[in-house]
Formats: sequence, structure tokens, C-alpha cells
Amino acid sequence: MLKYVTKRVVAAILTVFALVTIVFFLVRLMPGEPFTSAKLTKEVAENMNSYYGFDKPILEQYFTYMGNLLHGNFGYSMKYTNKTVNYIIGQTFPFSADLGIRALCLAVSLGLVLGIIAARNRGKKLDFACVLIAIVGTSIPDFIMGALLQYFFGIKWGLLPVAKYLGIEYTILPACALAFYTLASVSRIMRSSMLEVTSQDYIKTARSKGLSELRITCKHQIRNAIMPVMTVLGPTVASVLTGTFVIEAIFAIPGMGKYYVESVNNNDYAMILGMTVFYGCFLVLCNLIVDILYGVADPRVRIGKR
Amino acid sequence: MAELNKDMFVIKGKNTMKMESISRPSLSFWQDAWRRLRKNRAAFVGLCIIVLYALLAVFAPMFSKYGFSDMDTAAMHAGPSAAHWLGCDATGRDQWVRIWMGARTSLAIGLFSAFINMCVGAVIGGLCGYYGGKLDMIMMRVVDILYGIPSLIITILVMLVLGKGVAPLIIALCVVGWIGTCRFVRGEVYRLKEQDFVMAAKVLGIPDFIIIIRHIIPNILGMLVTNLCMAIPGAIFQEAFLSYIGLGIAPPNCSWGVLAKEGIQYLRIHPHEIIIPAFFICTTMLALNLLGDGMRDAVDPKLRGTE
Repeated sequence: MLKYVTKRVVAAILTVFALVTIVFFLVRLMPGEPFTSAKLTKEVAENMNSYYGFDKPILEQYFTYMGNLLHGNFGYSMKYTNKTVNYIIGQTFPFSADLGIRALCLAVSLGLVLGIIAARNRGKKLDFACVLIAIVGTSIPDFIMGALLQYFFGIKWGLLPVAKYLGIEYTILPACALAFYTLASVSRIMRSSMLEVTSQDYIKTARSKGLSELRITCKHQIRNAIMPVMTVLGPTVASVLTGTFVIEAIFAIPGMGKYYVESVNNNDYAMILGMTVFYGCFLVLCNLIVDILYGVADPRVRIGKR
Repeated sequence: MAELNKDMFVIKGKNTMKMESISRPSLSFWQDAWRRLRKNRAAFVGLCIIVLYALLAVFAPMFSKYGFSDMDTAAMHAGPSAAHWLGCDATGRDQWVRIWMGARTSLAIGLFSAFINMCVGAVIGGLCGYYGGKLDMIMMRVVDILYGIPSLIITILVMLVLGKGVAPLIIALCVVGWIGTCRFVRGEVYRLKEQDFVMAAKVLGIPDFIIIIRHIIPNILGMLVTNLCMAIPGAIFQEAFLSYIGLGIAPPNCSWGVLAKEGIQYLRIHPHEIIIPAFFICTTMLALNLLGDGMRDAVDPKLRGTE
């Protein structure tokens, strides 16, 4: 187990290193200079450049950045002067995390339930309904889902608040919009994995022992079928996270995704760099946790053969 | 009952020529897959929708009297009518034409980027899987690390570096998109090269190149095509997402993502401007998903011959 964890951790650190390097040089490759406003005199622009360290050779900038990063310092924003990227992340990340966790819980729990119901009623109408929900869900991009929910529930029927993030009723629509796609894909995976497990020998054994169907499903089938769902949890977190970019913009939630899209449109390089690195590290960390949990849950994984 | 005696029978003998012939026409793998795909009603409907949309995307803008960037200030935000079948957008551009111009962009981006990803992934994965050794080890380490990096983030950054447009978008989608295919092809090739028919071919002295073309590729082609079908909606989705956050296609050109972005601003007052593009995006994704599912079942050799 220790060997498995060490291996995963080393791989994650390498990934983060590669990520930061790629992102750093990609951001430096972006066309245009950060300080090109006509109002700036040449002197001011030079001062600004030296303030942000852009006048130094690129390798030196890279090492400085890496050093700062090791101290947990993401640098300064260029648009919101005097604010560090850390400060902005600290201000906005809680909103995104709150929304993301709600969406993730909704998606995984409902997705599992739908998948189990579908597999238990294979070939019947209920199965067909679940499969239909799943395939429709994977066909609707989340920004369209967000817009449609907003239009029908918020504007046409006036049931729920349209935008902002002030209380529990404000979270329902964005969380649903964000969760729908993930919910659908989780239920698809769960259904097929439940069906695959059904024909395994240990289920036959359990049945021949005379266990009740409910007990077989709960104790034997679900426990084994849930494994493939765990492997996609990492990518799922990623998709929910990128979903927040647009969902937050649509529902006017002051989260990190909204800021990210804004800084992309404003060419705020320091913010893009800082936030991208933060997102990347966060996702790598999530993947690492999922990998370790997977190793804990399934002994076959940590013994080595992958 | 009449007595049977020997005189009533004539010995015709064996026809050695015809004994071994197969009475029914033999089906090739693809004929069989096509037969099963047609039987799968959902997948067939999906295929029909895709073909219909592709035809409309090619021909609809040609046969309309409006150009995709012609503005008509008298018809700003007009609802669907006889003159403008699907209404007009904020600057009075005809939605029907813009939808199908957008379809050209979106479908082309989906198809091309998925196809390029498939080719690159298959070549790299195939080489690693077939030759193994040091190359494989190094490539797999690289792929593992790249796989851990969230692809959308890299795509966004590459778009920022390259600027807006169709070609940058395809490149950006391909920078990391091939990795999934690469991993899967490598696994398959690794498994196939241990099989007896490859061994037999090797013993007969057939060069590697021919073994790959004649024996390995046909065996994974079915799954590759399925992967392609599944990857296209993903690419269209990403294009829409990037256009939506303002990175995809530069105006006045349009894609479905651009249309959705423009439409969403007028959600409150002119909902048809978002609902119509949303309908086309969703039905396309649905059709491609259904087709992909059907393809997966159709080319699965385990299901061959079962009905």
C-alpha cells in the first residue's frame, strides 16, 4: 500500500511540475504586451514591466515564479491592481467550491440511484426511462442547460431566483444545471457496470445460498459495480469545475470561474497564470485522492497490475 | 403404406465440387456491422439526423436569399415568420442561414479534430504498443503526465496563444486530445500482438509493416470508428464552450457556440434566439451519442451473430 501511495504521489508531483512549466511558457507566448494602453508613458510602462519582473530573462522569471509558487505565492493581478492572485482566489474560491460540492453530491448520488434502478429493471419501461434521461443528459451542454433552467424556472414560471448567490434557494438552479451532465454519465457507467457484475460467479453463489434479491443487490452487486464509477470521479471533478466557468457567468455568481473567464477576456496574464496553476494543482490533487481511495477500495489495484 | 424398395432410389453420388461451397453469401465484418446498425432503430435515427443536418449545412445557406452576415435593421429580434423562418438575431441577421453556417463550422471542427486526434493517437499508441521497449516506456510516462493535466485548461491557453479562428481551434483541441486514443490503442495493440495469428504471420516472415496494416489495424478499426463517433460530440461541445467564453470563433463568422452565446444575452425578452440554437446543438449531440452507442454494439465482435 505504501509503495502504491508513494508512486501515485511522485506521479502527481511530476504532473504538477509539468503543468506549471507548460502553463508558464504558454502564458509568456501569448501575443501582445500587458501594458500597451496609450495613456501609459514609456517610463511608466517600463516601471510596470520591472515591477512585474518582465524585463528579466525568461528563465530567471521562470525560476522566480517557481520559487514564489513553492511559498504558496501566485503573484499579483494586473487588472485589479494591488490585489494578489491569492487574495482573489481566497475571495472567490469558496463560492465555486460550495456550488461544485453541491453539484457533485447531487450528480453522484442521483446518478448512482438512476443507474441501479435501470440495471435492476433491465429491459422494462423504468430502465428505458433511466437510459433516456442519461442519453439526453449527456447531449445537453451545461451552459444551455443553465440558460434553459433559468428561462423556464426563473423567468417563465417564477419559481426560483434567476441569479446571484444569496441563500439556499439561489443555489438550486445552478447546482442542477452543473450536475445534469455528470449525473447522466455516472448513471450510464453505473448501469453498465451493474449489468456486467450480474453475471459474475459470486452473484450466482450468493443467489444459490438463498440470499434475498435486495441483499444481493446491496451487499454484493453495488459494492463491486461502484468501482468503475470511482475511476471516473477524477475527470468528473474536472468537468464540474470547468462547468462552473459558464454556469457562474450565467447565474452571476461571484465565483472563481467567472473571474477566470473575465481575466481570459481582459488578457490579465498574471491572473490567468495563477488561476490556471491553481485549477491544475487542485485537479491533480483530486485525481490523487481518487487514485488512493481506489487503491484502498480495490486490493487488486495496489498490488501492481494496471 | 407403400413398400419401399431399392429400385425406387437412385444413387446420385457426391458432388465433390459443391460439397464445400457455402450456400449463403458470406458477410464481411463491415457488412455485418452495417446490418446490425440498421436494425438498431435509435442509432439509425441518429445517423439520419446527422446526414440531414450535414446536407442542410451544405445546401441551406446557398439556397437562401439572405447572407449569413447581412443585417436588416427592420427585422431586429424578429420572431419566426414566413420571411425569416427561424427569426432574426440582435442585428437582424437571418437565424436560419446563421444556424446552418454555424453547423458548417461546428460539424467541421468536430469531425476534423476528432479525426486528427484519432490518427495521431492511433499512430503513437500503435508504435508504442507494437514495438514496446524504451520508446514505449518513455512515451507512456509522458502520456501519463499529460493525462493528469486537465485538457480544457491547456486548450484555453493554446487558444489564447494562437488567437481566434477555426484552424487555431482545431489545433488547440488536438494538442491534448489524442492522449485518450493513444492509451486505448496501445493497450489493444499490446494485447493483439501476443495473439496467434500475429505470431503465425511473423513466423511466415511477413515484415512488421504489413503485419500492422493487414492484421493489427483491421482488428482495432471497429473500435477506432466507435471512438471517433464518441469523440465528435465531445469536440463540438468544447468548441461551443470555448466560443461561449469568448475564445472560439471570431465574429462575424459563427458557430453554434457563438449563436448560443449571442442568444443567451436576450434570454429574458427574446427566448427564441437561444432556444433555437440550443435545439440544434442538443439534437446533434443526441444523434451522435445514439450513433456512437449503436456503433459500439455493432462492431463488438462478442455480439456478432447474436440477435
